[in-house]
Parts: sequence; C-alpha cells; structure tokens
Amino acid sequence: MIFDYTVVWDSLPLYMSGLLITLKLLAISLVLGLIIAVPLAFMRVSKRAAVNLPAWLYTYVIRGTPGLVQLFLIYYGLAQFDAVRDSWLWPWLSSATFCACLAFAVNTSAYTAEILAGSLRSTPHGEIEAAKAMGMSRFLMYRRIVLPSAVRRALPQYSNEVIMMLQTTSLASIVTLVDITGAARTVNSQFYLPFEAYITAGVFYLALTFILVRLFKRAERRWLAYLAPRNG
Amino acid sequence: MFKLEVQDLHKRYGDHEVIKGVSLAAKAGDVISIIGSSGSGKSTLLRCINLLEQPHAGKIVLNGEELKLSPTKGGALKAADARQLQRMRSRLAMVFQHFNLWSHMTVMQNIIEAPVHVLGVSKDEAIARAERYLDKVGVSHRKHAYPAHMSGGEQQRVAIARALAMEPEVMLFDEPTSALDPELVGEVLKVMQDLAQEGRTMVVVTHEMGFAREVSNQVIFLHQGRIEEVGNPREVLANPRSERLKQFLSGSLK
Repeated sequence: MIFDYTVVWDSLPLYMSGLLITLKLLAISLVLGLIIAVPLAFMRVSKRAAVNLPAWLYTYVIRGTPGLVQLFLIYYGLAQFDAVRDSWLWPWLSSATFCACLAFAVNTSAYTAEILAGSLRSTPHGEIEAAKAMGMSRFLMYRRIVLPSAVRRALPQYSNEVIMMLQTTSLASIVTLVDITGAARTVNSQFYLPFEAYITAGVFYLALTFILVRLFKRAERRWLAYLAPRNG
Repeated sequence: MFKLEVQDLHKRYGDHEVIKGVSLAAKAGDVISIIGSSGSGKSTLLRCINLLEQPHAGKIVLNGEELKLSPTKGGALKAADARQLQRMRSRLAMVFQHFNLWSHMTVMQNIIEAPVHVLGVSKDEAIARAERYLDKVGVSHRKHAYPAHMSGGEQQRVAIARALAMEPEVMLFDEPTSALDPELVGEVLKVMQDLAQEGRTMVVVTHEMGFAREVSNQVIFLHQGRIEEVGNPREVLANPRSERLKQFLSGSLK
C-alpha cells in the first residue's frame, strides 16, 4: 500500500482551517451547553415535580435521540416552516454554523445536566447541615458550598463528555461546514484518496483528544486534590 | 438573663413522640451536658435548638430574642422569618459528631468561609481570627491541609475552630467525640475543657461521663424524651435518685 504524503501535505492548510472550525464549534457549544446545564441540573435535583419534570423530560428526550437527528431537525426541519423563514431568527437559523452550535449545545447540555445533577445529589449531607448551622442562606449555600463541591466531583465525568463532544462536532461536516472532517471530505472528493483523507482527520482528532485529556488531568490534580491520597 | 432558653420543646416523627416537653436554660458561662442512652432524644433536642430538626411545639430564646416559629402543613414548626433564623444560627455555632467540614476546602478556607460570607467580616480579619483559633485548638500546622488528609481528632478540632471563628453566643456540641478513635478523644475533650474554663456558654450532648462530671456545671439526663434528672453533675452523677439513671450509669460509668 502506498500512502500519498504529498496530497496530505498539500491539503494541510485546509485541515488547519478545519481545525479552527472544529475548535470554534466545540468551544461555543460547550460554553452554551454549560450555561443551559447548570439551571437544568438544579431543576433535576428539586423535589418539586413541577420543577423536576420538565428538566427530566428535556434530558430524557435529548439523550434518547441521536445528535445527528437533532442537527437535521434544527438545520433542515425548521426551514420547512414559513413562520420560521419569516421570523427575525431566520438570519441565524439559516446559518449552518449557528445551527450546528445550537444542536451541539442542546445535546451536551442534557448530558452535562445529568452529570452535574448526579454530583449535586451526592453532596455529603453533613456538609449541607454545617452550612445551614452556620447561618447561610440557601442561595449562599448553593453558591459557596454545594455547587463548587459538585462541579469538582463532576470533572472526571465531564471530561468524558467533552471528548465525546469533540467527536460529535464531526457531524457538522454533513451540514456543509468544513471542519476537520469537512476538510477530509473535500480532499477525498478532489483526489479520491479516502484513506489518506480520513486518516489525517483521525490524527487531528487524536491529537486534540490527547490535549484535552492532559488539560483535564491537570484540572483534576488542582481541583480534586482533596480527594487524592495524602502525600506526606 | 439567660443566654439560651428552650421551653417545653416537643418533637415527634410521625406518631412517635421523641421529645415530650423538655426545657433548659443556660446562663453566660454555663456548660450543660445532656446525657442519656441512645434513642433518648438528646441529639434531636440539640438539633431542634438551631432548627436542623423542626420541633412540633416549644419556644427557643437566644439572648432574649425569641425565634419566631410558624406551623408547616405537617404540623411541625418552621422559622417564620428565614433571615432571623440565619442570624440566630450564626450566633449558635454547632460542632457535629462527624465534623462535617467542607471537604473541598482547606482548613483555612473552612474557617474563614462563614465569617466572611455570613457575618461580613473582612478577609484579613477572618484570617487573623482563624490563625488565633487554630492556634488555640493546636492545629495551626495543618492550615493548608484538606480535611480528608487529617486525623479525626484534628478534623474535630478544626471544626471547633470553625465554630469559634463565628464568635458565637452559645456553642452546641453534638456528641463531638463519638466518632473518634479512643486515643483521639482526649485531645478534643481537652480543647472543650479549655473553652469551658474561658467562660464560653456550651450545650454538650455527650457520652463522656468524665467530661459531664468534671467540666459541666449542669447535667441533664434524658430518658424517652423527658428530663428524668437534672442538676449539679457532682451530685446527680454521684447520687442518682432515679432508678433509670442508676441503671444508665452502672452501664456506662468509666
């Protein structure tokens, strides 16, 4: 088998611009997803059904359907309605970048909310009592004690979610975006060298995953030091 | 005037009444030990004082200020005014059986947290307080450690420093040595004895008869939710009048 390095080498600028698109998609959808996930997680730990149920339904439906279906529904599905095409949202909803970010953000928000809710539920009861006994208001207790503690304990699981999201961004190539996978598709269609095109994309994703894992390991060392075995 | 007064407190779980009309009153500098077998309601009584448990009847007065209570649907009493409850809790520090330090914070962060965010003390002042009280309980060398990396005795002493940093009117201790290995009990009792000698007002639920006898100036023996015997510990513990206290002491006296 002969691996055509020259084609890969010549297409590197295309892959690099794809890399930027991938990073942009990942960053925007993670930030948006996190913003949606925090209130959802608090709703999911509420004892009141009227608060808990809508959040439960949201995470159940989103986690129960493929990300690709969600992306198609937002990008192709919404455009079917005149009301959407005539609305002030259309400039955004007709943009593939916006739709991809929205679909990914919605997708990751459901998973992140469940991760965070699990972490909130496992807050040691005694620590909550100590906060109450010190005279903290509910808001102060959640802001200073419960949330910081839950977020830290959610880190290992959240790092998995971020890596999954990185791979999920490759779906954006289907709605015309030229991310890393989009670059590979372009290269393949130009030279008909699928192996070279996609192995290069794979190497890019692998490198990104490697970097993300390292970053999270570092974050865990810093923020989860209190759970680590004692060193001296 | 009394620092802390509890009048005719009742508490039940479902149909089971666990506290059947208990009153106690602590003057400044009083150390009250509450003893009794497990299930006698002593921890529940203590936890009703700062409303970690909701009593069904009774009155709680701190420094002349009565905690305003209003009934819930279930028949228990909750604080009518959340702000008043928060203010009163901040003046009633509590030390727990299982320490309940915030595990993701270092010792120093644990101690300055409530003074800064509840009392509004400046960070510098809070750190100065923390240093002072850590020194008093003898764990200043561990101030950057996390709770999980310390022994139980050290954790409980940090919890006491955390309570002290609130500069509370009354300190509540809920079986502070029951979760400790026997060889660590002494270091915590020693700290509590020092606090008593400083004239701090303390209400202590305990199984340590030595502490009850030597340190407290009032002992309350609870049995099945009622005060069976109360008085000066040297008299009450040396010459118990009730049969139940005699039995309890013969089983637990060390």
